[in-house]
Amino acid sequence: MKMAYYPGCSQEGSAIEYGLSTERTAELMGVELVEIEDWNCCGATSGHNTNKLLSLALPARNLAIAEKTGLDILVPCAACYNRFRTTEITVREDGEMREKIQQAIDMEYEAKNETISVLDLLANKLGPEKIKEKVKQPLKAMKAACYYGCLLVRPVHHTGFDDPEDPQTMDTILKALGAETVDWSHKTECCGAALATSRPEIGKRMTYEILKNARDAGAECIVTACPLCMMNLDMRQAGVEKEFREKFGLPIYFVTELVAAACGDAPEKVGTNRHFVEAVEYLKSLPAKAAQMEAEEQEKKKKKISKSEPANEEEAAALKKKIDAMAKGFAKNPEKTAARIIKDEEKAKLLAEIVTGDEKKISKLAELMITDQEKAIKTAEALINGELKKRQKQQA
Amino acid sequence: MENAIRLVPASKEDKDLLARIEKEAGTSVSLCYQCGKCSAGCPVAFAMDNKPRQVIRFLQLGLIEAALGSDSIWICASCETCSARCPRGVDIASLMDALRREALRQGKITDKKVAVFNKAFLNGVKNFGRTYEAGLLLTHNFLTGQFFKDAELGLPMFKRGKLGLLPEKIKGREEVKKIFERVEEMGGE
Repeated sequence: MKMAYYPGCSQEGSAIEYGLSTERTAELMGVELVEIEDWNCCGATSGHNTNKLLSLALPARNLAIAEKTGLDILVPCAACYNRFRTTEITVREDGEMREKIQQAIDMEYEAKNETISVLDLLANKLGPEKIKEKVKQPLKAMKAACYYGCLLVRPVHHTGFDDPEDPQTMDTILKALGAETVDWSHKTECCGAALATSRPEIGKRMTYEILKNARDAGAECIVTACPLCMMNLDMRQAGVEKEFREKFGLPIYFVTELVAAACGDAPEKVGTNRHFVEAVEYLKSLPAKAAQMEAEEQEKKKKKISKSEPANEEEAAALKKKIDAMAKGFAKNPEKTAARIIKDEEKAKLLAEIVTGDEKKISKLAELMITDQEKAIKTAEALINGELKKRQKQQA
Repeated sequence: MENAIRLVPASKEDKDLLARIEKEAGTSVSLCYQCGKCSAGCPVAFAMDNKPRQVIRFLQLGLIEAALGSDSIWICASCETCSARCPRGVDIASLMDALRREALRQGKITDKKVAVFNKAFLNGVKNFGRTYEAGLLLTHNFLTGQFFKDAELGLPMFKRGKLGLLPEKIKGREEVKKIFERVEEMGGE
């Protein structure tokens, strides 16, 4: 796959690790990136706050250059992505505006190509199976809150690759990398990036809510695909902790940093050591945690097996004898045996009716009565409930 | 009676202005039936003087001045939650955008800091073709008189190679400057 690439200003400055890790992710996934020649800033929020035509013309210059290559464009920054999509769709749907934009940039531009986000590329265009193929060190033991923010999912008409209230693409990617993702309430809440500089007291409270909800949902880290979210959650986390007198210490990752890490890269290679909140240690702690988790799982499995499997042939034969005897008794006198499993008289009667003449059910229940009383009761109840439902249906 | 408003029919000027704002925003305020869903989900409603629903109501009543003078339009974070959830399909976020631009045109800005930031940001783009993060921080602090704001970020960012001291310049700087000039000539929107 070959794509045009628009890094965006942040990815060469404050979010340099996003730029590095996006390029590395593309390389790992076999996507060739061709940087848009001599690209300019998209104007971001300041552009659309100030002048509509300007806010469309600035992205349009980049899009027009990319259009000549005939390639779709990968735009990692959520803010740039949103401005690019808005421009694309305006040009497609508003003929009057299209002419004005072309006049302002003094270039032809028809919006024939498509701007694509990192999440869309990884989860939909490449897909989880393709990602899994490349994973060398699964992020098992990682508990992540996938944070989508605003600009990747809204407005739906402009973005549209995921659900605006409960998006899943990042969760799909993280799961393909082996991590566990938590269910939480603030997936698409705004972090207040637009207010961080002008009204920090408002912005801090918004960031606080996100950190708090992620932690309360059991997350040990937050994952983002937006450099502005990263700035607020990572760089300003210490300030938020001070303001609200609450320690979080939550590492924040770009989704692409995790792709690189899971594919075997050292975190330093894509700049994860440049974060404000220490983020390398958590990644390095994962293999040990995963090993412990696996050991515990093995232990559990072993216990289960030893419980149900007899130690030697002699015991096995004895057990079989017991089960056979129980099954015989059951077939001979179903009501009496059923009463031994179910206390309720009517239900026991019903159970007897169900199993009468059904050898399979009898031998299964007989086996369970010898090996696992609790399970026998559960199985019997399930049989009874099923029968009751069937009868209700017939009556209705 | 503090919140009482004396209603008079909207003047021709106000009606024309509203029509222009609606056209620019690509939406219509008459669709709104005041259910308040926008304001319930707004993550910054707690800090607003008039909730999004009330700003729309001002517009419906032809009280454009009141809408333009609301602090809310500068508190809006452009997160688009309101527009995504409106059951009537009113693009509230786009209206907020259009109101900010109109307030800017009329010189009625209740929050100078946002306007100063935007201007500094776009000046960087106009001159260099890219965002000039270091220059932006310094200019913004200087113009708003907050000399040490975010100082705890600047140095650590620099140390981590996240803040270039000199601006990135593109070859097509003149082209970008011309875009700004043409937009201005065309009147923009």
